[in-house]
Amino acid sequence: MDFTETIIEAISTLTLNKLRTGLATLGIVIGIGSVIALVSLGQAAQKAVASQIQSLGSNLLTVSPGAQSAGFVRGAAGGSTTLTFEDAKALKDSPQVATVKNVSPEFSRRTQVTTGRKNTNTQILGIIPSYAEVRKISLTAGVFIGDKDVQSMGKVAVLGPQVVNDLFGEGANPVGQSVRINSQSFRIIGVTVSKGGTGFLNQDDIVFVPLTTAQKLLFGADYVTSISVEAQNENVMTQAQDEVGYLLLARHKLRDPSQADFTIFSQNDILGAASQVTGTFTALLSGIAAISLLVGGIGIMNIMLVTVTERTREIGLRKALGAKKKVVITQFLIESIILTFAGGVIGMAVGIAASFIIASFINLPFTLSAQSVLLAIGVSGAIGVIFGWYPARKAANLQPIEALRYE
Amino acid sequence: MIQVSHVSKIYKNDSVETVALADVSFEIKKGEFVAIMGPSGSGKSTLMHILGALDTPTSGTYILDGENISKLKDDELADIRNRKIGFVFQAFNLLPRTPALKNVALPMVYAGVPKEERLTKAQKLLEMVGLGDRLNHTPSQLSGGQQQRVAIARSLAMNPSILLPDEPTGNIATVQAEEIMAIFQKLNDEGHTIVMITHEPNIAEHAKRVIHLRDGKIVNDGNNHKQRRVKR
Repeated sequence: MDFTETIIEAISTLTLNKLRTGLATLGIVIGIGSVIALVSLGQAAQKAVASQIQSLGSNLLTVSPGAQSAGFVRGAAGGSTTLTFEDAKALKDSPQVATVKNVSPEFSRRTQVTTGRKNTNTQILGIIPSYAEVRKISLTAGVFIGDKDVQSMGKVAVLGPQVVNDLFGEGANPVGQSVRINSQSFRIIGVTVSKGGTGFLNQDDIVFVPLTTAQKLLFGADYVTSISVEAQNENVMTQAQDEVGYLLLARHKLRDPSQADFTIFSQNDILGAASQVTGTFTALLSGIAAISLLVGGIGIMNIMLVTVTERTREIGLRKALGAKKKVVITQFLIESIILTFAGGVIGMAVGIAASFIIASFINLPFTLSAQSVLLAIGVSGAIGVIFGWYPARKAANLQPIEALRYE
Repeated sequence: MIQVSHVSKIYKNDSVETVALADVSFEIKKGEFVAIMGPSGSGKSTLMHILGALDTPTSGTYILDGENISKLKDDELADIRNRKIGFVFQAFNLLPRTPALKNVALPMVYAGVPKEERLTKAQKLLEMVGLGDRLNHTPSQLSGGQQQRVAIARSLAMNPSILLPDEPTGNIATVQAEEIMAIFQKLNDEGHTIVMITHEPNIAEHAKRVIHLRDGKIVNDGNNHKQRRVKR
């Protein structure tokens, strides 16, 4: 019997019991579908996170207060108050620091922002004008915060587009109007261009005010929560990191780098950490999906064993008429491979559709790697072989006499 | 053509040994029509399994067409069954939901005969047993006698050395049973060697020679001078 005939015969056998065939295949459909969907969503998330972090600038260092390690106790980065506006000025002006192009001290805290009717809880970011250069901020309307606003502790604010939407409605131009932050009235002087991002990385849900205003008028603090440092270019990042570190150690009168009361991250550090997180997450989810695939495979094996038992007489007859072991094994193996392969193809379509729908719902770019498609096809075929092998062998090893007698 | 010498078959079940055949020897020549008779438990089914290469003897030799097949492996036995044996079973054993034509062609599938040739030959065989108008009927659409005729057509597909009907009329009404026996007699007249297993004397009397088995031994082996010819 040639190969195409075997396949046609297997398909016609499988269609004799459509419900059973469908249910057996469903296990594989769900397994392959969830693997494809989760891998593709995971890759999309990884890409999105990476592109957002990279959009912050690849020549950027972030200095956060907090001990890298103080004796035996390691403080949480960002938790303490050791960095000041003066540190930032020194980083900008000191001759020891040659690789730094621009410095942006920042004071960040979440609070309530209100207009007459509406309010929103958002991030207030106290900054100086260099922030716009360091973070590549541009405006859709009005002007950014200027040096004069910083010196005079001006009560002016630049709004992110998300905040404008929340407080004034979609597409409104609020420049000239005012908002209340901590019960104080601020005049809106500008609106930034949307940078995208979700959750913690949302760069649109933000209100910029002058650094001095944030420190003294709003929150009564004399420290900064972070300092962004823009290096001359990407190639001097390590040198810049060292120079910034040693200058701050000197300014904080610390001798040993291990005693540092601040932490310096580069974008690469953050990118690495973030992609590690999303990578682990993707692996975890795919692992769970793979378990459902395994369960699907066991379902196939189960149904093939039932089929072999049901068709004992048929197998006996075929062997009596001259079917060799190889022929019987091939017949049953092809049936199980067709089951899993069909499941794999349908599952792939389901998985792609699901990841496309989910991606469009949560604003992720839709990605589909040829790799995961090939993997799904390969894996589903392999499952057919692995889980079909035992039932097929069982069929082939039946003794024709006993099989013919079987009722 | 068939030489069975000192064949014994012993089944071991746990510690109990059952002797199904005890030192059986006989020869069957080409063109004979032999009935193997005996009550149940006489060993006739065991003998049929060995003659049909479905099983191998515990001791002794079985030579078919000059080939000793008492010690062959499973796949080699499958090949012998395919080329040399034409089974006809009591329960017909046709593939369910499969047209008569494909059932008859099945042994040729395993011999690697090309599809066209298979179907042409299967059609000829079905016409020969009088089912030329039922080529695409499935077993459930045929009567018992018709199903057995399909089975006979199938047994002839590979031009086997011997036909081996095992209680071929056991599941068939008497009138149709006569028709089946007529077909076997006609095939025998055309030169086919037939070894038929039965426990019914009135079926056995269609054969030219009858071997009686009892308790695994041959108790009588002689020509049937009063062979009953079925009038057609």
